[in-house]
Amino acid sequence: MAGLLVFIEQRNGNLRKASLEALSEAKRLATGPGLPVSAVLVGNGIGAKVAELGKYGAGKVFVADEEKLARYSAEGYTAAVRAAVEKCGPTALFMAATALGRDLSGRVSARLGWGCLADVVKVQIEGGAVVATRPVYSGKALATADGAGKPVVVTLRPNVFPVGTGEGKAEIEPLPQVAGDIRAVVKEILAKEGGELDVAEADVIVSGGRGIKGPENFALIRELAKLLGAAVGASRAVVDAGWIDHAHQVGQTGKVVSPSLYIACGVSGAIQHLAGMSSSKLIVAINKDTEAPIFKVADYGIVGDLFQVVPAFIDEVRKLKAEA
Amino acid sequence: MKSCVLMAHVPDTASVIKVAGNRIDEADIKWIVSPYDEYALEEAIRLKEARGGAVTVLTYGPERAQQGLRECLARGADAAVHVKGGEGTFGDALAFARVLAAAIRKVGPFDIFFAGIKGVGSDNSLVGAMVAELLDVPHVAGVVKLEIGDGKLTAHREIEGGTEVVEAPVPCVVTAHKGLNEPRYPSLKGIMASKKVTIQNLAVVDLGLDEGALAGAEATCRWKALELPPAKSGGTILKGEEDPAAAARELARLLREQAKAI
Repeated sequence: MAGLLVFIEQRNGNLRKASLEALSEAKRLATGPGLPVSAVLVGNGIGAKVAELGKYGAGKVFVADEEKLARYSAEGYTAAVRAAVEKCGPTALFMAATALGRDLSGRVSARLGWGCLADVVKVQIEGGAVVATRPVYSGKALATADGAGKPVVVTLRPNVFPVGTGEGKAEIEPLPQVAGDIRAVVKEILAKEGGELDVAEADVIVSGGRGIKGPENFALIRELAKLLGAAVGASRAVVDAGWIDHAHQVGQTGKVVSPSLYIACGVSGAIQHLAGMSSSKLIVAINKDTEAPIFKVADYGIVGDLFQVVPAFIDEVRKLKAEA
Repeated sequence: MKSCVLMAHVPDTASVIKVAGNRIDEADIKWIVSPYDEYALEEAIRLKEARGGAVTVLTYGPERAQQGLRECLARGADAAVHVKGGEGTFGDALAFARVLAAAIRKVGPFDIFFAGIKGVGSDNSLVGAMVAELLDVPHVAGVVKLEIGDGKLTAHREIEGGTEVVEAPVPCVVTAHKGLNEPRYPSLKGIMASKKVTIQNLAVVDLGLDEGALAGAEATCRWKALELPPAKSGGTILKGEEDPAAAARELARLLREQAKAI
């Protein structure tokens, strides 16, 4: 086996945590069989961040640094990643299943003629081949798949794999100018108002559902979220009702999340919502309906009126924080 | 503009999934047009209504997928193409993309392609970008707003914490996300009209491809096992109807001391 290559995503020169998770996981897998782990970093003026990657397990870092790659484009990035693949001939290419990774992976797979194991939550090496487990049918089943005996692209679900650090140093290898003509060009990036934490990136999420009764009551959800450093999530029902923007929606037609802690307030837990959050590490439900399906996936819960329970819970968390 | 919509026919999202070998047990499954493909189709129909042209829906799947094509016709598509097969290649997004791209070469050309950001089933979210690459056209994935001008389009796609505004020339593959539009329901007139449309049936071999090889020597992804997620049980559910403050205190304590989560 010829080693693992990990695509590292950066935004404004900052390495994305989900990419470091993918690199750390590659390093863990490679350690037993003694495989080399390389990384590929793409952008413009990104040199300063390269050295850091050694710590997370990259022995070598291929760097595609050119003006045309300053902003993400599937075409430009695909060319850069392919150049790195040609240099090191890996058995698998890992990347994080972020918005960018999910967009890039299809194009890269087709360019290389490799399969893709998308959005995986578990990955192993068996008999020299990468085998991965991924949720399918909206999380209602888990498929274990491989690349049918060929090299494969693997995208790893963010927040599932831990980041590991060591003492390693990475050797740097610049890639030639590869971007070529880019047809689909990012003209601008509109930041979300208020710079709120995105549910897809959050380690803690507090969600509101129909049980919060009206858009004004998201203030209560936001108060708890702020206290916990959490992102604000929402069910489809409240997004469709126009109470909050779609960017907050967790579930099938929203975002798939795997935070360490997911607190669902007044969310009944329709199957489409569970599809987006059931891989959370710890689920807490607050709902007045004992029969709400959310309690079936909850690790902890309170049956009660969220307008009484949540303010009381906020007070308790404040007390605990004051003690700490 | 002539547009082509890629459609995946998938289990109803409310279906109970049972496993049979490394596939689902299809016995009690109701099949639907994948929800994201509804946004894709709606956008293509709106484009036709605004600018003229025609909408062709294309699927690669077994016999039953024809029902999904009929539904798309009832909603306003003009033509439908059914490449029959997909049982052996199921789960292999690149095999699907190879078949779809070959079918497009045969029944095209088109000015623009639409697909859902993912088919709710194998949940790969890959086929749109793969087809674009195989056809050597650009793609924009997860689009929530689209404007089409002369020979180019401007699309908004959601990324973590913001929105990317992408410009691309057509032809281009656009994959639709929730928010792009509000899909219409089939009208009675549409349902009647759709019955008169003849669905064009193609076999994989008509496209110059060998489905046996795509599922065998040329396969790029193989499902080795399918299982249900481990059932979660034994959650600690507190009663908070009578004394919400006490329940909240206990929950905070458990999260701090037992789960070490706050």
